Amino acid sequence: MATTMITTLDRSSRAAARGLSDISIRNLFIIPTILFLIVFNIFPLIYSLGYSFTDFRASTNAPANFIGLQNYRDLLNDPYVWLNFAITAKYVIISVAGQLLVGFGVAMLLNRDIPLKGLLTTLLLLPMMLSMAVVGLFWKLLYDPSFGIINYALGLGTFEWLSDPNMALYAVALTDIWMWSPFVMLLSLAGLSAVPKHLYEAAAIDRAGPFYTFFRITLPLVAPILMIAVIFRTMEAFKTFDLAYILTSQPTAELISIRLYKMAFQEWQTGRSCAMAYIVLIMVLAITNIYVKYLNKVKER
Amino acid sequence: MRKTMTSLLAGIGLVLACGTSVYAQDKELTIFWAEWDPANYLQELGNEYEKETGVKITVETTPWPDFQTKAFTEFNAHGDAYDMVVGDSQWLGAGSTGGHYVDLTDFFNKHKVGEVMAPATVKYYAEYPGGSSKYWAIPLEGDAVGWSYRKDWFEDPKEKEAFKAKYGYDLDVPKDFKALRDIAEFFHRPDQKRYGIAIYTDNSYDAMAMGFENALFSFGGELGDYKTYKVDGFINSDKAIAALDAYKELYTFTPPGWAKSFFVEDNQAITENLAAMSMNYFAFFPSLINEASNPNAKNTGFFANPAGPGGDQFAALGGQGISIVSYSQKQDEAVKFLEWFIKDETQKKWAALGGYTCSAAVLKSPEFQNATPYNKAFYETMFKVKDFWAVPEYAELLQQLNQRIYPYVIGGPGTAKETLDALAADWNATFKKYGRGQ
Repeated sequence: MATTMITTLDRSSRAAARGLSDISIRNLFIIPTILFLIVFNIFPLIYSLGYSFTDFRASTNAPANFIGLQNYRDLLNDPYVWLNFAITAKYVIISVAGQLLVGFGVAMLLNRDIPLKGLLTTLLLLPMMLSMAVVGLFWKLLYDPSFGIINYALGLGTFEWLSDPNMALYAVALTDIWMWSPFVMLLSLAGLSAVPKHLYEAAAIDRAGPFYTFFRITLPLVAPILMIAVIFRTMEAFKTFDLAYILTSQPTAELISIRLYKMAFQEWQTGRSCAMAYIVLIMVLAITNIYVKYLNKVKER
Repeated sequence: MRKTMTSLLAGIGLVLACGTSVYAQDKELTIFWAEWDPANYLQELGNEYEKETGVKITVETTPWPDFQTKAFTEFNAHGDAYDMVVGDSQWLGAGSTGGHYVDLTDFFNKHKVGEVMAPATVKYYAEYPGGSSKYWAIPLEGDAVGWSYRKDWFEDPKEKEAFKAKYGYDLDVPKDFKALRDIAEFFHRPDQKRYGIAIYTDNSYDAMAMGFENALFSFGGELGDYKTYKVDGFINSDKAIAALDAYKELYTFTPPGWAKSFFVEDNQAITENLAAMSMNYFAFFPSLINEASNPNAKNTGFFANPAGPGGDQFAALGGQGISIVSYSQKQDEAVKFLEWFIKDETQKKWAALGGYTCSAAVLKSPEFQNATPYNKAFYETMFKVKDFWAVPEYAELLQQLNQRIYPYVIGGPGTAKETLDALAADWNATFKKYGRGQ
């Protein structure tokens, strides 16, 4: 099926004049990428699967012993690891839901003829273009209980956003929402502008109310593209590391990736951390699959 | 296009030329350390060495949070980027059993390093396993946890009077943990944006452990038996439980948002007029007597970690020894540098530059003790320090300590006994996993 996509070379092109066939050009483009993927992605992936069944520690010279599923058993029996997963799930739900709400809301506001729309959209996109680490450091200052501008503006006194065990995770999610809502907004804007105008005109003629128009026309037509935004953001949120690592050290905000980092590069439990990485990988794959199934269903409608 | 090609080629040529010139100069040693002032002092000392011998010394640094990770990544890859490393005392186990450090036992015996350096520094910075007389490092930067305080707050006659009226004794530098607690409580005035005390709470590496150890050791508690790896009855003893509760109580007198604080925050507590007393490594005190970095420099005093209720007085050990990396191609040159480093004159220079020498002779000399307001406290402390586990799996032990103690100290549920019993169980499991003391 894919081969039918390849059109033959234009005989008068320079490539054809040099004796390159369309197949060789295809190979020229694809083979380096495939090689790169194999060397840097596929090979380590399989290699680490092997390590996940051993007690290997990269920091010692001791040989790796095969211990079967011991690592997986230990990890899945560790209440702290389950706590990390629960925290991550909570974080993903809060931050993706927040981004969807804010991003889609802003997109609805922007989806009309207003002056300076282009400039406004560009400015709104800025947070997304910053580095995660920079955002983390800035928000740490903004949240500071003694001199942070957030407490000053909201009149919260010395409210401890990041040191309060019950608040820390929400504070990180809030920062993530600030940073990534523009991404959802951008995709939503693309979806909104693709909704045919005549549908709204027809709805207006039929005297449909704004809610009816929104739930029956706008939302169903934008849904597929929103789903894509949700898939991307869920995967990213699941893997969040830098933002949370910089902002807080609260155990109540210790996401699974932070636990994984500590296990792999501070404790050097290489075998066990490989097993943990696989558990995370399987979870992300499973969640993404559910979304993709749902996305296909939405598209079919 | 052609122009870019030529400049590209020129660039490649330049890189190659630089590369070969580095190769040509093999009389160069690279020392890896964390990014802080003592590393700059060591670079200055290295410059002296270059003047004398022509061997260039480069001190390469990385920020503290990455230090352990970066060093071990290089070790694990058997890389020769660093000829020597100034490693944390806890690394000795991993460094020696992992084959990353060169065995310096012969060097130690030949040059009698055990007599040159203060006994505690030899025990904790150089020897592994404890009591084995096998040495892997030369004590380089002595360090321990001490305290700084606001002299102007302490000496204010009104404060003195109010303190005496409330507690029945004179306000002065605390001699024991009870006085430490009382003073912290006395100066804790959130309505005036003044707080009692600044302590270590960061749970990402060893800050929490160092802070808690200060209380634990002075209360007469121990982490465990370093020879038999027995922890039950040590880390969860009554003394340890009392120490943990004392540390938790101190946390209630800290400035707001004090749940992720380490050396930077604790120095800020003094420079930003936040706290009356602040715990910190001696290595960070030089910036407190410098008016450029501390507006309260003239009003900052220092004291050693106070005694516990039973009169025991100890402090948590920081500091590092310098080791030769076994993957280095220039080990002979590195040994020569270490021979030069342990000389008395070098140690004096090291101290004068701002390094915390471990040389017993220099430490005892009055000129060292009077050189700064904190050197005397440092000298006193260095003879009564204790350290964390140095086994290769120390990072797991630290993580378990953080996991148990951190939530409790910052206001989590449970009791000190439950917390420490759980920690003892964690440590037992870890020691069992690595077949220690069974």
